[in-house]
Amino acid sequence: MNFPILSSLILLPTIGALFLLFSKDKNSNTGKYVALFTSFVNFLISIYLWYLFDPTTSSFQFIEDREWLKGFINYKVGIDGISILFIILTTLITPLCIISVNNTIKDRLRDFLIAILVMESLMIGVFCSLDLVVFYLFFEAGLIPMFLIIGIWGGARRVYSAFKFFLYTLLGSVLMLVAIISIYWTAGTTDIIQLYELGIDTEYQNLLWLAFFSSFAVKTPMWPVHTWLPDAHVEAPTAGSVLLAAILLKMAGYGFIRFSLGLFPVASELFTPLVYSLSLIAIIYASLVALMQEDMKKLIAYSSVAHMGFVTLGIFTITQQGIEGSIIQMISHGLVSAALFLCVGVVYDRMHSRLIKTYGGLVTIMPKYSILFMLFTLAALGLPGTSGFIGEFLILMGAFKDNFLIAVIASFGVIFGAAYMLWLYRRVVFGNLMNKDLLKIPDLNNSEKFILWCLAIPVLFFGFYPEPLINTIEVSVKDLIEMYSFNLNMEMTEAKK
Amino acid sequence: MNNLNFISPEIFISLSIMFLLILGVFKKNSSNLIHNLSIGLLLITGILILNNPLDEKITLFEGSYIIDYLSSFMKILTILGGAFALSISTKYLKLSKIFLIEYPILILCSILGMIVMISSNDLMVFYVGLELQSLALYVLASFNRDQLKSSESGLKYFVLSALSSGLLLYGCSLIYGFSGSTNFVIIGEKMTSTHYGLTFGIVFILVGLAFKISAVPFHMWAPDVYEGSPTSVTLFFSIVPKVAALTVFIRFLYVPFVNLIDQWQPIIIFLSIASMIFGAVAAIGQNNLKRLVAYSSIGHIGYALAGLSVGTNEGIQSSVVYISIYLIMNLGLFSCLLMMKRNDQYFETIDDLSGLSKNHPVLSLSLLVILFSLAGIPPLAGFFAKFYIFKSVIEQSMYFLAIVGLLSTVIAAFYYLRIIKVIYFDEEKEKYDTDHSIWLKISLTSSTLLILLYFIFPSKLVEIVSRINII
Repeated sequence: MNFPILSSLILLPTIGALFLLFSKDKNSNTGKYVALFTSFVNFLISIYLWYLFDPTTSSFQFIEDREWLKGFINYKVGIDGISILFIILTTLITPLCIISVNNTIKDRLRDFLIAILVMESLMIGVFCSLDLVVFYLFFEAGLIPMFLIIGIWGGARRVYSAFKFFLYTLLGSVLMLVAIISIYWTAGTTDIIQLYELGIDTEYQNLLWLAFFSSFAVKTPMWPVHTWLPDAHVEAPTAGSVLLAAILLKMAGYGFIRFSLGLFPVASELFTPLVYSLSLIAIIYASLVALMQEDMKKLIAYSSVAHMGFVTLGIFTITQQGIEGSIIQMISHGLVSAALFLCVGVVYDRMHSRLIKTYGGLVTIMPKYSILFMLFTLAALGLPGTSGFIGEFLILMGAFKDNFLIAVIASFGVIFGAAYMLWLYRRVVFGNLMNKDLLKIPDLNNSEKFILWCLAIPVLFFGFYPEPLINTIEVSVKDLIEMYSFNLNMEMTEAKK
Repeated sequence: MNNLNFISPEIFISLSIMFLLILGVFKKNSSNLIHNLSIGLLLITGILILNNPLDEKITLFEGSYIIDYLSSFMKILTILGGAFALSISTKYLKLSKIFLIEYPILILCSILGMIVMISSNDLMVFYVGLELQSLALYVLASFNRDQLKSSESGLKYFVLSALSSGLLLYGCSLIYGFSGSTNFVIIGEKMTSTHYGLTFGIVFILVGLAFKISAVPFHMWAPDVYEGSPTSVTLFFSIVPKVAALTVFIRFLYVPFVNLIDQWQPIIIFLSIASMIFGAVAAIGQNNLKRLVAYSSIGHIGYALAGLSVGTNEGIQSSVVYISIYLIMNLGLFSCLLMMKRNDQYFETIDDLSGLSKNHPVLSLSLLVILFSLAGIPPLAGFFAKFYIFKSVIEQSMYFLAIVGLLSTVIAAFYYLRIIKVIYFDEEKEKYDTDHSIWLKISLTSSTLLILLYFIFPSKLVEIVSRINII
């Protein structure tokens, strides 16, 4: 494979953004078509990439290695079974976001599209970088467009939320930078493949793990550093919330698998109880908080915290089922939360209110909307037959294998999840039609229908037939766990000596 | 005779100053001509510097003057900074009614002083250079003499700077007393035992130098002087003298006193940490952009000092990279400041930037890039500058310094974000004029592009700088 397919995936959206930057008109539709075209082509390339991808090996594929910072850091990208799904998720969600701006963004459309496209480039970069410094670069650079998306096109308290988002994430990440540089000095490289082989000295692992954890915990977000998320979600425009929930949060989960488990097995083993307890608190606490929300977006934001709690729980069970479940849960949550935010966006565009009490009885006015909303609600609470079920089931299976009590407590989260999602659905869609203004609003238009169906199909398909997903990740996860236990045993025996 | 060959740039610039002065006196209304001529002469000086052998270490006048790669690089940086500062401020000077022949001549004088400082290898030569540049800067600070603030800032700068020069001179005399020489190399050879007198001497000189680069706790003059001086002078202040003073720092610490690293390292670390934290915290409450730049430059000097404190060649190189990138960023920032004018009047508070992005998309995009780069967010040049610094700091396991430094970047990010917020999130105001001079546009676009595209070729600058070998 000589053609740099990953680099072109990363670069293409940026090229589209540049094209938009030099176009004259600021609000016309041509810009939208350009953006849509670039992101759609990117989606096709990523699907082709999946087709070319060889799931029978866990080694990295499509590797590109270029000299970058001479003598010590190379620009290195490549993918394995874990990262490819996230790339496809990114390229799927971005065009849908671009279609959705039709109804939401009126002001400075061109700038918004540029921000989204740049964001796409950076997110793909995060998932395929094979060097810690390159990873950090993409990871941090994403803050700039997201800050602008929340701040310029957001709601009333957008400035507060944008600052909170930026500073929380930056604070978490600078410690990771210290850790990356010290890895360079202790191990002599920041190349992930080499680091996997070399391993990192046991004595440093704990501190390094904590430094990486500080960054990923903020991004996940884990309790108690999750507070930026509800604010950011509520204030961001719909497309921003979608990107945030569907992809940005997944960077952290991906980081946990790739770096925390892959590089620091001893520390991961040591800190598993910490992650377990924080995840359980996140699941239970966020679910309870979600029950009490009056703002739909905030409710979904808290449900994201709970779902990501499941993800971190699954990752640190370090079992085949747990990690596979976490990856599928992340993909599924990416689709479902994106869809839920879009569902909220649909009614928000019509009524300009996110409060649950504004609505009620939508089923009579918007039947199509109600069906799709129902589907995603059920997927969010993990009904069998939707992709959400596969993820949660596998995670709980992994958890039972590891620790019975943890799994039982986590199962309560599933019940709470059903409670707040169904209650939300009941209050918004069923019940009596109290608000007379609702009578005037139309059902889904074509573009909204298209977006929601685009998300609904994979949710249902992978719910019934998760084989393609599991096939893709299976070998990579298996080898990751093998490498993990091998390194762990080796370092344990060394420590005993 | 041979020696004079090597200092041809210095001789050339001195002759130019005299020539321009005479020309200005005898030819009426020649400020425009002198302004342009001085830029041209500066660039010729730059070529003369490049004409010297770059990689050799040449000592002149019995070792009191040195020409090596570090000095040539820093001189080029100084001259480029000076030339850009002159060329983009023409319009500002005209509108502020201070477009006089003395202005470029004073700038040339201070650049001459800096060049001498950069090449000095002897306490006496260094002091002469320092005073030459400082005296020119005092006058420049109060150049807008009809304005109270400008005169005040000149006076303030003069009094405090004279005090610091006094301390410095006292330090020099102590070192001379205990080592018997003023030459850096000979002092270094005599450093067999550590005597308290010497430590005192080092401390006094460091205090004096810290004054010149406005490192905390010797920064008090900077905000007032930056705010009061004409904007074009502030631009000059904020970049060029720092380059020269940093070079002296490097030479002073690493040539005579490299063996006393245990003595001075804690001082530099303290200066660095204090500057980083103070620069970040104190800038939060500022509304005047020039004052804010003063605090931000205090913070940035803290990072450059962090690189110096390490005690390795890589540390020195990272500091030099940092100051070069900082120079580019500040040049861009001031180009934006000089573009903020409406009906021949300049604006300089953050509120005046309100809603800039709607009226001036290109200008605000450049500001966005520059500010995020100053905050050190990847993939912009400012991130790489910090990255190199922390890379060399962590190499020596100075984790405390690295963590404090990175945490203060988070605090500093807040006030840069605040400016971006005003530009992008707030309501728009009246439009600014767009009839900017071509040089202003060139300097803004080139600095923005350099910052933005730095990540494509991040090794170029490092390769150039990596030829600096002091230890």
